[in-house]
Amino acid sequence: MTLHVDTPAPPRPGPRRPVGHRGTERSRGFARFDLRATPYFLVSPYFLLFAIFGVFPLGYTFWVSLHEWELAGDKTLVGFDNYIELITDGAFWNAVVNTLGMFAMSTIPQLALALVLANALNKRIRGRLFFRLGVLLPLITSVVAVAVVFTQLYGRDYGMINWFLSLFDVDAINWQNQKWSAWVAISTMIDWRWTGYNAIILLAAMQTIPKDLYEAAAIDGATARRQFWQITIPMLRPTIIFTVFISTIGGLTLFTEPVMFDGNPTMAGGTTGQYQTVAMFIVKEAFRDFDFGYAAAAAWLLFVLILIGTLINYSFTRRIGGSK
Amino acid sequence: MLNNTRHGKLAAVAVMAATALAITSCGSSEPATPAANAGGSSAAAEPVTITVHTFGGGENFGYDKAVETWNAAHPNIQVKYQNLTDRFEDVYLPQLLQRLQAGSGAADIIAVDEGAMGLMKARPQFFTDLAEYGLESRKADFPAAKWDNGINADNKLFALGTDIGGMTMCYRTDLFQKAGLPTERDEVSKLWPDWNAFMEIGKKFQAANPGKSDPKFLDGPNTLYNVILSQEAPKNGNVSYFDKSNQLILETNPAIKTSFDLVKSFSEAGLTAKLASFTPPWNAAIKKGAFATMGCPAWMLGVVSGAAGEENKGKWDVASVPGGAGNWGGSYLAVPKQSKHPKEAAEVLNYLTGKEGQIAAFQEAAAFPSSLPAQQDPAVSELKNAFFNDAPTGQIFGASVKDLLPTFLGEKHAQVKTSVEKVLEGMDQGSIPYDQAWTKFVEAGVKAAG
Repeated sequence: MTLHVDTPAPPRPGPRRPVGHRGTERSRGFARFDLRATPYFLVSPYFLLFAIFGVFPLGYTFWVSLHEWELAGDKTLVGFDNYIELITDGAFWNAVVNTLGMFAMSTIPQLALALVLANALNKRIRGRLFFRLGVLLPLITSVVAVAVVFTQLYGRDYGMINWFLSLFDVDAINWQNQKWSAWVAISTMIDWRWTGYNAIILLAAMQTIPKDLYEAAAIDGATARRQFWQITIPMLRPTIIFTVFISTIGGLTLFTEPVMFDGNPTMAGGTTGQYQTVAMFIVKEAFRDFDFGYAAAAAWLLFVLILIGTLINYSFTRRIGGSK
Repeated sequence: MLNNTRHGKLAAVAVMAATALAITSCGSSEPATPAANAGGSSAAAEPVTITVHTFGGGENFGYDKAVETWNAAHPNIQVKYQNLTDRFEDVYLPQLLQRLQAGSGAADIIAVDEGAMGLMKARPQFFTDLAEYGLESRKADFPAAKWDNGINADNKLFALGTDIGGMTMCYRTDLFQKAGLPTERDEVSKLWPDWNAFMEIGKKFQAANPGKSDPKFLDGPNTLYNVILSQEAPKNGNVSYFDKSNQLILETNPAIKTSFDLVKSFSEAGLTAKLASFTPPWNAAIKKGAFATMGCPAWMLGVVSGAAGEENKGKWDVASVPGGAGNWGGSYLAVPKQSKHPKEAAEVLNYLTGKEGQIAAFQEAAAFPSSLPAQQDPAVSELKNAFFNDAPTGQIFGASVKDLLPTFLGEKHAQVKTSVEKVLEGMDQGSIPYDQAWTKFVEAGVKAAG
């Protein structure tokens, strides 16, 4: 992907182009412009679309967030009042805590399990293709379907999990009722769906690690475990960073699973907001309470939260495998 | 048609797709079918299509028959009736507001639940003045309460009433029999003249069903709360969450505190199945007979029969409600300003809210007419409901709405209602301790109103 490939007409003043000195200079100027501008022109469709569907909504959301803005109602400019109100709003921080809590509860075991799975699938085992496809299978089921089925499994009265627990004389658990139980239920939905996806990505990266590294290590007497920690993990670093980023963004915008777990689209996330995430909080404010300005402010704070979360995770994962 | 939501089996996606189709087909001018015009109609020269959007589960507004009759008689004004969703407050209403704001996408006639009428009244800029099309003359057809609610902030008539809630108590005869209670509806009605008596019967029922998986007396806090509030509000100045100047009076209105305390005492006595209404587990419990009684406005009969299914036909019956008359729910029809055919839309609205339209809806979906001539018609007053053990629902609901008084519902009624009921559910299910519930209840209401 070098630049000169993209330039359509090489600026070569020849006999067939009867141009004078000034003309040549102009054409050279055009050529320089061409050389510099064409790449930008070629990548511009992406940026145009990004401007329309990315930058504009971001900016407009910010503009809305500075207003007391009611859906199909009045709009008054109030400056940063929405942000001030939001920072002191217990319900918002409750949603933040829920989001972070479920993120930690789902992502850490998910990535650890994905790593172990990928390592296992990288071994010479019987029916390797079957297993590799198998772990990816949950990904092609719809999120809503997954959430509906899991919500029924976790049902208080007729759910299979409570039935199973009742065999050991455990009382029926109302999974929606407590923070811990709701978080566990939602985390299992997320992990069921995404563990295989991450495992396949890590597996792909593992296969690019040169075999001779392992051979050399084996000759030097390194155990399989040692090889995993000293070769596999450091070599996977960029891929792990990628999966952590994607999981962070996914985790902090968690929405469908807790909404379906609620059983109705009120966006309340349980009777006392036990599992209301920030994304649900935003939708509730905008489309249940019709308070657009407040919702827009919350959306901006979520954006900032994701930036911070990603930076923190980056600083952690950067240290993987040392920086020798 | 109801103050909350109804669950039906409609796939939302299919409905959305159908809506999109309907909108496109409205946009293109449909060629006049010669056959239809040959009949000779005097109204519009070009056939006009009037769209009607409603909400609600099961039979929802029950307009299939009424629309069919209209279309057969009016080849030049064809009505397309679509039920968009089974959920009002959290699906239908937000969508409607966005369409009103955008200036396109709303139907020529839209249905609005009682709970959101305050919100709509405060937005007169979006609606057609129905008096311009002569509907002012319908005043005598409606109880004052129903009529007055259709007048908006600009003092214009913008909506006419469809159904009305009324109030009864549904009960499972088979569970009553097992618990050694009478099953015949008149005897059952005599069991509970007031809520204290109802509580005693509840305790008796629960004593006969002590097991962990035995049925409970009541479904949960929501229906009970709404029933009691509908009776208490008229006793306290006909206001519920807001006073008539739209100030929140949640904490000071005795109607709310009384309703809250009663619900709390039923929950503390262990008489509820701890279910939130209009959720899948609640529907499942209706089907499996996991509770024995539930407060039933007229439209609730359709919800129960829909959720319980044919195999439970005859197991439910209808008795009178403890504590006197009340109204929960009931809806209105309005014509948005953006409608391209307001004159024809007003004609159709006049028909659907008129005697004939309301009787058809009652027969189809048990939605009890708010129109007085319809209520007095034998087709309504003598109707029996086969699912509910042939209960004479026409007579029962007719009696229950006789002395109905209007209750003022504020602009943010729907939001406050949803929030405070969450607290009731939390209290019932144990995530909020009983002694903190009232504080949380008030907090939630204040926040939603702010």
